[in-house]
Amino acid sequence: MQNPASGPSVRGSMMTDPKVRAWAFQLIAIAAVLAAGWYLFHNTQSNLAQRGITSGFAFLNNSAGFGILQSLIDYTESDTYGRVFVVGLLNTLLVSVLGIAIATVIGFVIGVARLSPNWLISRLAAVYIEIFRNIPPLLQIFFWYFAVLRAMPPPRQSHELGETVFLNIRGLYLPSPGAGEGLWPFLIALAVALVASVVLVRWARARQEASGQRFPVSLGVIALLVVLPGIAAAVAGNPFVWTVPELTGFNFRGGWVVIPELVALTLALSIYTAAFIAEIVRSGIQSVSHGQTEAARSLGLRPGHTLRLVIIPQAMRVIIPPLTSQYLNLVKNSSLAAAIGYPDLVSVFAGTVLNQTGQAIETIAITMSVYLAISLSISLLMNWYNKRIALVER
Amino acid sequence: MKIVKSTLVSAVTVAALGLSAQASAGTTLDAVVKKGFVQCGVSDGLPGFSYTDARGNFLGIDVDVCRGVAAALFGDASKVRFTPLTAKERFTALQSGEVDILSRNTTWTSSRDAGMGLNFTGVTYYDGQGFLVSKKLGVTSAKQLDGAAVCIQAGTTTELNLSDYFRANGMKYTPITYDKSDETVKALEAGRCDVLTSDQSQLYAQRIKLADPEAYIVLPEVISKEPLGPVVRQGDDEWFNIVRWTLFALVNAEELGITSANVENLARSSQNPDVRRMLGAEGEYGKDLRLPRDWAVKLVKQVGNYGEMFERNVGMGSELKIQRGLNALWNAGGLQYAPPIR
Amino acid sequence: MSTHAFKPDLPPPTLSVGALGWMRANLFSNWFNTALTFAALYLIWLIVPPVLSWALFDATWTGSTRDDCAAGSGACWVFIQSRFAQFMYGFYPPELRWRVDLTVVLAIVGAVPLFVRAMPKKLVYGAAYLLVYPWLAFWLLYGGLGLEIVETSQWGGLMLTLVIAVVGIAGAMPLGILLALGRRSEMPAIRVICVTFIEFWRGVPLITVLFMSSVMLPLFLPEQVTIDKLLRALIAVILFEAAYIAEVVRGGLQAIPKGQYEAARALGLGYWRMMGLVILPQALKMVIPGIVNTFIALFKDTSLVIIIGLFDLFNSIHQATVDPAWLGFAIEGYVFAALVYWIFCFGMSRYSMRLERRLHTGHKR
Repeated sequence: MQNPASGPSVRGSMMTDPKVRAWAFQLIAIAAVLAAGWYLFHNTQSNLAQRGITSGFAFLNNSAGFGILQSLIDYTESDTYGRVFVVGLLNTLLVSVLGIAIATVIGFVIGVARLSPNWLISRLAAVYIEIFRNIPPLLQIFFWYFAVLRAMPPPRQSHELGETVFLNIRGLYLPSPGAGEGLWPFLIALAVALVASVVLVRWARARQEASGQRFPVSLGVIALLVVLPGIAAAVAGNPFVWTVPELTGFNFRGGWVVIPELVALTLALSIYTAAFIAEIVRSGIQSVSHGQTEAARSLGLRPGHTLRLVIIPQAMRVIIPPLTSQYLNLVKNSSLAAAIGYPDLVSVFAGTVLNQTGQAIETIAITMSVYLAISLSISLLMNWYNKRIALVER
Repeated sequence: MKIVKSTLVSAVTVAALGLSAQASAGTTLDAVVKKGFVQCGVSDGLPGFSYTDARGNFLGIDVDVCRGVAAALFGDASKVRFTPLTAKERFTALQSGEVDILSRNTTWTSSRDAGMGLNFTGVTYYDGQGFLVSKKLGVTSAKQLDGAAVCIQAGTTTELNLSDYFRANGMKYTPITYDKSDETVKALEAGRCDVLTSDQSQLYAQRIKLADPEAYIVLPEVISKEPLGPVVRQGDDEWFNIVRWTLFALVNAEELGITSANVENLARSSQNPDVRRMLGAEGEYGKDLRLPRDWAVKLVKQVGNYGEMFERNVGMGSELKIQRGLNALWNAGGLQYAPPIR
Repeated sequence: MSTHAFKPDLPPPTLSVGALGWMRANLFSNWFNTALTFAALYLIWLIVPPVLSWALFDATWTGSTRDDCAAGSGACWVFIQSRFAQFMYGFYPPELRWRVDLTVVLAIVGAVPLFVRAMPKKLVYGAAYLLVYPWLAFWLLYGGLGLEIVETSQWGGLMLTLVIAVVGIAGAMPLGILLALGRRSEMPAIRVICVTFIEFWRGVPLITVLFMSSVMLPLFLPEQVTIDKLLRALIAVILFEAAYIAEVVRGGLQAIPKGQYEAARALGLGYWRMMGLVILPQALKMVIPGIVNTFIALFKDTSLVIIIGLFDLFNSIHQATVDPAWLGFAIEGYVFAALVYWIFCFGMSRYSMRLERRLHTGHKR
């Protein structure tokens, strides 16, 4: 911390050479980190040894022996803790993906509404933003789960829709599709339609660039996607066999069930995150100077095209980085699932498995690395996208 | 600069707040004697076993075990501090030395006894897992529960027994798992699940938390053995012995008819050699345990014998109204049996 | 010569001024806007009257038990009223609660001069305040030196929420600044260490950090050293928030023009003096709004301590809703909790916005 200017007598000595000092400082820092790491490791080792706690990852191969409420892959009680981990991870990913999708939609709508020339609409959007972003997400999850969804009727008095869809306190029961006789022709027709759509889009773009004439692309694509599979289904027979949920004994069986824990968690996370996304979208759009709009209008672009071709692409550059961190926050907040019993990674793995096996260090370490990996991959993906749409300057 | 100073201040403050107790090495007993109180891990709220009243005082049978150890050791049942622990934290808290005794309705199993570095000192309550259902369902036996949605507390042996039972009987169920037992009750009340499963003692405790306890019944089946008892760290025999013999003394006291009301009289005047040995009138049996001579007198005087403890906290004298059943003395048809003090 | 008198100006058309004009411009400018306005009005009509009548007009305000609420069809605020003290103080002994009140009053009274713009020697006063107050607060809350000791397990309610949030941010600030400096350092080893630290804590959810503090930290420490449960949570919160503060401060450091660094160097200042006297004062001033926003996030995150069983404001309220004497009043409890959190967070965010406008002076180009 010597000031070189004030100490000419020591100038030139080893102590004041910035390079030497930098090296020494770094070595000390590395040594301190290593020592701290070793100290913790040593303590842990001796604690584990002394208390006779087994360590290692062998427990992942043991049979779990407990049931899980929701699983995207086949799971039974006799499966291993390793499979429990996969089940939990998939549940976390499910709620994250749903949450991100819904939050993005709500967030963009509210963000655009916030800038609406309609005074009432813009005020309503502001109220939404100020209410939901200032209340802890955990509280919102509890509110939806304990206060709203608990008001649903018991299974025997379900709300129903044409005797195929049922809604009660145990969840939303939907018919599930199984393979029917016409499944393969249907899938093939769908694939053909998809390929044809891509070709159509390319052709339309090439034609517009060459001749300036536009082609109603979206109509064409929709027609392809509806007509081709429709014909296949009509010719080859029904592609799906629907299993309708049925009330047997205590509960509905058969079909798909959307559990209230998933609904509460997704709703709360989307609504909470959407408030932040709306603010990001608002400031993104505001960051595009008004001259851009005026220039686009004077080129003869219609308002819709101005927004889509001029404003949004430029606003996206401002929007993407903070949007990424909101997505990351949502993924991390999905760990609040533990509070309402949604079987996510934290709840079933860092919770139940930890407790059944007592392997605290291993389970928490695995859980943390998973979140780190998810965070890093979302950041990488968004960085890549950000780079792709970044301003290319000459 | 002011920020740097404030760091220092908060760092020191925080250090003073935290690293207060027991930074001494050595055996648990020495550490406990030195700090002057027993640190006891209890549950985060289970009527009859360990719970806090409106003023924050701890009550219950698990709490009384710890107060008993303090009475035997210090002659003062109030020299104990309680740490409420969730099911998740309990073992680490004991392993790491945060608590000296874990007295938290914990089931004795081989993997916990051998694989987690713990020692169970005995059984304070013989329990078994049962089911609580609404009378409206018209269910009279657990065998009729095929397809039911079951509320359970996460990370307990209950979760495993449940799965075993349904598999063994070829039935299916939907597990609805919560971290806290309170939430399982709330879910049952709301109709999220059809049935709540837990140790039977807990079911009675949870039933009185329902708005209308009369509308729910506990099914007759008991599907598992759940011996609940206090736990200490493995590898500290001295401390293990003290906790274990405190339990035995409580049971022996009941068997010999020693109660909190008559214990001081008996210590002076009893002619029964068993009573005289236990209460320190004859021989030096406390010394082997590194306890005062009159440890059992103080123990029974301040927390009562096992029977008194039971009646006061979970028995007919309490809101739970649980029968002695398996927890009666061995000579009254139950399982509570303690080796003699001699 | 006839004088030419101007006729007075015609008033503007009634439809373009006044309330009508405003409505036409802002609500009914075209058919789409008109439709939106009616849709919004319908939405308001759908939500506001039922909520108001539930929360205010049909609510029960007086009484002492749940039976008093049976008559009303609206909210039962009696529930909040009867548990209010517990929501604020947790199990802090009632006869000692004046100590908590005094701590809060001292904090507010002591901080007032800091917000008076004309106050002379603000820096000295601020430093003294930051030096003295924490000790005083700790002594008042925990006890010792003549005051009866109140174990941290008895702390709870809003008081605990504030303790976690304030200690969390106060502890995270210095650590966060150091990390930010480290991340901008020219020494690769320091940079790598800081980047790893920051990215690690920012990549994991706070819940897992709290889990770690409650079940793993004890295993990391030597035998027989135990740390208070609250302190463990505080350590976790401080480490976690420090990473976020570091990123906020880094933003400020990056916004300082290079000339400032060069000028400081040219004056012959060493690294620490350059940072302490030239760069950080400017950078920190710039990021105050960001720090307030981090504090808001932390304030909301304190509710997560429910997971490790601390009785903060939210957990106290949640526990009260499962009390058999008050079953069925969960909505009232959650609404009350939401209101308290909202008032704090909204107030702070408004304050941060005002600051932002006031401080928006520096390197604007």
